[in-house]
Amino acid sequence: MDLVTVARIAVRALARNKMRSALTMLGIIIGVGAVIAMVGVGQGAQQQVQQQIAAMGSNILFVGSGTVTRGGTHMGSGATKTLVYADMLAILRECPTVKDAAPGGNTSTQVVFGNDNWATRINGTEPQYFEIRNWPFQEGTVFTPEDVEMAENVAVIGETVRKNLFGATDPLGQTIRIKSLPFRVVGVLAPKGTSAAMGDDQDDVVLVPITTLQKKITGQDWLRWIMVSATSREASYAAQEQITSLLRDRHRIRPEQDDDFMVRNLADMADLADQAGSIMTMLLASIASVSLIVGGIGIMNIMLVSVTERTREIGIRMAIGATEGNVQSQFLTEAVVLSLIGGSIGIIFGMGASYFITQTLGWVVLISPLAIVTAVVFSMAVGIFFGFYPARKAARMDPIEALRYE
Amino acid sequence: MVTMSQSEINVAPSQLGEVRIHVLDVHKYYDLGETRVHALRGITMDIASGEFVAIMGASGSGKSTFMNILGCLDKPSSGRYFLDGIDVSGLSKDELAAIRNRRIGFVFQGFNLLSRTTALENVELPTLYAQVSKAEGEKRAREALDLVGLGSRSTHFPSQLSGGQQQRVAIARALVNKPSILLADEPTGNLDSRTSVEIMEILERLNDRGLTVVLVTHEHDISQFARRTIQFRDGKVRRDELVMNRETASQVLKDLPAEEDQ
Repeated sequence: MDLVTVARIAVRALARNKMRSALTMLGIIIGVGAVIAMVGVGQGAQQQVQQQIAAMGSNILFVGSGTVTRGGTHMGSGATKTLVYADMLAILRECPTVKDAAPGGNTSTQVVFGNDNWATRINGTEPQYFEIRNWPFQEGTVFTPEDVEMAENVAVIGETVRKNLFGATDPLGQTIRIKSLPFRVVGVLAPKGTSAAMGDDQDDVVLVPITTLQKKITGQDWLRWIMVSATSREASYAAQEQITSLLRDRHRIRPEQDDDFMVRNLADMADLADQAGSIMTMLLASIASVSLIVGGIGIMNIMLVSVTERTREIGIRMAIGATEGNVQSQFLTEAVVLSLIGGSIGIIFGMGASYFITQTLGWVVLISPLAIVTAVVFSMAVGIFFGFYPARKAARMDPIEALRYE
Repeated sequence: MVTMSQSEINVAPSQLGEVRIHVLDVHKYYDLGETRVHALRGITMDIASGEFVAIMGASGSGKSTFMNILGCLDKPSSGRYFLDGIDVSGLSKDELAAIRNRRIGFVFQGFNLLSRTTALENVELPTLYAQVSKAEGEKRAREALDLVGLGSRSTHFPSQLSGGQQQRVAIARALVNKPSILLADEPTGNLDSRTSVEIMEILERLNDRGLTVVLVTHEHDISQFARRTIQFRDGKVRRDELVMNRETASQVLKDLPAEEDQ
């Protein structure tokens, strides 16, 4: 018997008991649908994190002043004063994989405009910082290298600060006060949102020239961080090594000593986030798979009932010439057809559920062709696996006994 | 009145006299724990092509067991059984299935049609297992249905047919693969007397066209439509004789008072 005939017999047998077939399929529909939707949610979240990291620049390295331990006291991050402007110049000069770098210092303080005030982060840096971070302006422009040289009182503000201090007022050209010093607002940054990697509000910031920060606000002449861009994402790993060895050299750190700085690679963080995302996707998929297995057990249950109920039919088929193989393949095909049709409907159901999630929760759901192919293969495997035992039971029947069955 | 179509006869051509069934000292016993039940105690017989044999006997006489062996549903415990010269007793399960499919046509007491399956599909069923194309299978099934006078009921389900009609569908199914013998196990057991005669008339006509028919029955009247009766008792052949003054079912049917056909 060819496959088409076998499939036709199976479909006909299933059509004889529509309600039961539909209910049996429901288990597989829900199982496959859940897998599709859950994997979609997981991959969507993963993609979103990746996009956020990419937006931040996956070729970015962050060099921070490090921890130091003096006399048993742990001083915490940023306690060292060894990271200086000359280090940045050295990095630019001596690391071939480095494209650009911007120095940075920061403090937290109150910013005042008119009667409003807002506690925020004040970052000092240089103009190339915005290029490295690929951060456009919604209004105005960046302060100039001359501003940096002259330590001018100019500021660039983030969206959160703009909203809280200015509301409807146009901030450009207005004067804000930081530690009672007047600063002219020259630019407003485009909103960047919450950072996926750190989880903080990137728009809650005021940026001033590094020189201004060091000389007029904090009075510290060392750097808290250096933002570095590598020539490419791949080069960022080499850059990390080059910067580390350069800084160790410059800071005269002996081989047995720990670094007094740290170099963080955003590509590393992207990989980490990717891993976390994969684990989450796997977790969601395995939870959803449980329902698929339950659906498979449903198929087995119904097939067993069906085999018992159709004992006489099996006897008739054997009497008129069906071999054990014919009977076995008939019931196996029924199980596979059940699970395949269920799987196909499940895919549609899963896509519908994903659309619903996107619409109501606003999550990004990503349905990959791979997930669909996997779902089809998996539901077929479920059919074969859970259909095998009932089919075998049917094939092993004694035709005489089966014909006598009432 | 059952009509016979004049189309191609769905019966393998045969010559009377050629041995179809050759059974040699067949025993069958079942081991039930300690005790051994002897169902057949040495059966030897020949049935020639074109014969019409009625096997009779009380329940427990071994006639059903014998029928199962003739039908290749069961194997003898000892002894040999040749069907069309093939030693069936030595065949594998799959080979037996092929023999049942191509050389034997079964008709049962309880009709044994698939429910929720049309008459035509029921008749087609054996062709599905016979490497016959779908088109050829359907053509043969229609011919077989015509042969038993049910060509117009091909799309009916068994539940929409009377008992006699259902049994005619079963006969058509038994004929569809052009078997060499037709085995009928109490084919009239569930039918009223008039319908019984109608069914016997069909078997009679098929036999007249050369088909070998073996029938199991416990009704004496029915056995008298056959040409030869074999009596079973306690697993042995008690009597084996030709039917004298044989009545034909077609004649009996003519003499019966007219009745509305189903």
